[in-house]
Amino acid sequence: MSADRETSPTAAASAPAPPDEPLTPPDRAAGLSSPLARIHWRSAGILTPFLILFIALSIGSAPFLTKTNLLNILDQQSATLVIAAAGTFVLISGGIDLSVGAVYGLASVVYGELAAHGWPPALAVIAAVLSGLLVGATNGVVSTYFRINSLIATLAMSFVVAGVASLVTAGNLVLIPDQNAGQIARAEFLTVNMSTWVMVIVVIVLGLVLARSTFGRYVYAAGGNAEAARFAGVRVNLVRVIAFALSGGAAALGGVLDSARVLEGNSTNNTTLTFTVVAGIVVGGTSILGGEGVVWRTVIGVLLIALIGNGYGLLSLNPLYEQITLGVIMLLAVGLDAWSRQVRA
Amino acid sequence: MGGLEARTRSSAGIPLVELRDVSKHFGGVQALEGICLEIPSGAIHALVGENGAGKSTLGKIIAGVHQHDRGSMLVDGREVALRAPREGLGHGIAMMAQELLVVPHLTVAQNVFLGAEPRSNGWINRRRLSQRYEELAERAGFSLPAERLVGGLRVAEQQQVEIMRALARDARMIVMDEPSQALAGSDVERLHGIIRSLAAQGKTVLLVSHFLREVLELADTITVMRDGRIVRTAPAGEETEATLIQGMLGRPLNAVYPPKAPRPVEAPVALAVRDVVAPGVDGVSFELRAGEILGLAGLVGAGRSELARAVFGADRRLGGAVDLGGEPLPGNGPLTSLRRGLAMVPESRRELGLLYSRSAVENVSLASLRDHSRMGWVDRRSERNAARELLTRVSLSRATPDSVVGTLSGGNQQKVLFARMLMCRPKVLIADEPTRGVDVGAKRAIYDLIVGLAEQGTAVLLISSELEEVLGLAQRMLVMRRGRIVKELSSEEMNESAILAAAFSEPTVTEEAA
Repeated sequence: MSADRETSPTAAASAPAPPDEPLTPPDRAAGLSSPLARIHWRSAGILTPFLILFIALSIGSAPFLTKTNLLNILDQQSATLVIAAAGTFVLISGGIDLSVGAVYGLASVVYGELAAHGWPPALAVIAAVLSGLLVGATNGVVSTYFRINSLIATLAMSFVVAGVASLVTAGNLVLIPDQNAGQIARAEFLTVNMSTWVMVIVVIVLGLVLARSTFGRYVYAAGGNAEAARFAGVRVNLVRVIAFALSGGAAALGGVLDSARVLEGNSTNNTTLTFTVVAGIVVGGTSILGGEGVVWRTVIGVLLIALIGNGYGLLSLNPLYEQITLGVIMLLAVGLDAWSRQVRA
Repeated sequence: MGGLEARTRSSAGIPLVELRDVSKHFGGVQALEGICLEIPSGAIHALVGENGAGKSTLGKIIAGVHQHDRGSMLVDGREVALRAPREGLGHGIAMMAQELLVVPHLTVAQNVFLGAEPRSNGWINRRRLSQRYEELAERAGFSLPAERLVGGLRVAEQQQVEIMRALARDARMIVMDEPSQALAGSDVERLHGIIRSLAAQGKTVLLVSHFLREVLELADTITVMRDGRIVRTAPAGEETEATLIQGMLGRPLNAVYPPKAPRPVEAPVALAVRDVVAPGVDGVSFELRAGEILGLAGLVGAGRSELARAVFGADRRLGGAVDLGGEPLPGNGPLTSLRRGLAMVPESRRELGLLYSRSAVENVSLASLRDHSRMGWVDRRSERNAARELLTRVSLSRATPDSVVGTLSGGNQQKVLFARMLMCRPKVLIADEPTRGVDVGAKRAIYDLIVGLAEQGTAVLLISSELEEVLGLAQRMLVMRRGRIVKELSSEEMNESAILAAAFSEPTVTEEAA
């Protein structure tokens, strides 16, 4: 919902709260004056468990509520967050991208090879992200203009991409000798790692684009009712292609961040990452059927999953329960979505 | 009162269903308030009211689809609490919903006995199934072949499947929610025959309908509802269309249609269609002048919506040309048409029109978002102001611009769709079934909008299955049949029989041969 987005500079400039317009009473009830009344049940559904877990961990484990631990969690999750933020676009537009793990690996290899061959790191980053955009756009074209279900199209694409990446490296790690190539992840600014900064910027930009741009509106329209969107003059296929391209580009950026951090390129098809991304988006309340979702909730969804992992580690519980917990939470999230649709119908 | 007395009375005086002070709310919305109603056995009882008056909700409570919050419901004089449609069926009350619930991949007989198949040792006994189907079909007077797949049946026939399913469960009462809405022509007549024969067999029919003429024709008793309350229940003989409308609106509806302006013969041609060929459209040509309201009549399946879609560019044209304001309009999609000033209110707002989970404002601005954005960023203030102004103009009632469209009534949803088209400032508007599923009060508001647009110079192509509506609004009329225009009628020649004659007429032999 665009209603519960954080205020942004652009919004403040273009749409300040109308102070003295004649609002009808029901308008005021849902109005801009009381932010609490605006909290959507979907937002409450993800915020409540997140806050409970956060508080519980703060009480239960001394090392949890430290700057080092929290920044560590953010930094570890930066690739996942970037990919999930863009993946939210794909899910809202009515598709799903299962190739992000493979694109992540491909970008890692592209970045590693180019950096190892002496390309300036900045150019290597751009080339790697472009490769992801290209794969993503291909996903989009295949799943729209060729009418192949995106679940299958991107799954197939993930095999192709992972295969290509492995061919390039012959299955080996690519070591990056140039220390400068690590800067995009390792450099520090205000005591926070660069990869975290990159993530924060990407997430905010994507969040604003989804909530405030015409493209964002079209993404919701394409996923909410594609035929209706087409009748209203929305180029649904184009919108979906762009969403997939964003997802591919973000997956590549995620791969670059992680390989820059360890200074090596790794061609592995990271299926765990793919599923963590989808899990985070869905737990964040984005509808698997499209048409609904917001970026910040995806962020909370991914972080909730991360907190569960972090908590199990800190409290040294049996990690097998971690998976069970995650599975149950996903079922609850999807169940809540299905239930809400039933209530509305 | 002793038990014996109650039993002897059950066949005589006790109504089949009785509601005492029943109320129901959905979230914060009071859908029904203090409903008291008696439905006797073997009668056709009709519920009328505007959209949102609560008639469907009432029907669903009686069938056990919804549960009431307060009051009591009695079947055969005994209080019951129906928690599911299954429990309604247990008391002999079945429901035929607006959206038919049939399984397309199963046969007619399988659908009729779905969930109650005759079995032997846990396996379905196919022979007994078809045997029992034939018995039932004969007893009830239906003639659908048992082995046809339901997915291939017409809506009218699927309804018969649902009615037979109810009869197969020994239903004594069938709640029908807008049964004739999706039907046309002779199918409506056939449905009316079925409803009458159900009553003749001693079944009770609760008929929820928008069509007042149908209600007056069929029902023994009519209950008028408004804002979740019952206005009155009276024998059908004491009501007329006018008294029903007055009861539904709480005020007389002076004129159903706004006054007609003379046809603008001098105005420039806004839309010229030449020899358009598309799936279901077989070489259609016509001209539409600025400010003119041109009606397009015909039976369902005559190709009216197909023509509209082909002109609008939603479907690819196979041949012919369309000129908009004197310039050729390529049929390459709605986007081009909208940008050039050709807008369309599509026939199904659910499938082709609205985003049900988004707000009214977002739905209104969707087609003209570019006019309310800067460099790709939505100017939410400008968007909101423009959308609000239009929503006021279409007189969106009892709803705010922030309301999620899925929660609005049918009439309000249609108004949102009109507001979207108004925002595009169209030179030509195609309105395909603009008042389908819309209540009487909102209909007049939509008619006023259409006439108002025409007065400002917009050319309107009006498609409607309700002949009265086309007659009441259009200044000229085209009648379609089998993808062709078979008749053009001027304002003076327009009347119901002329239209029907043209719509039903068999094409001449030479045409057929060619």
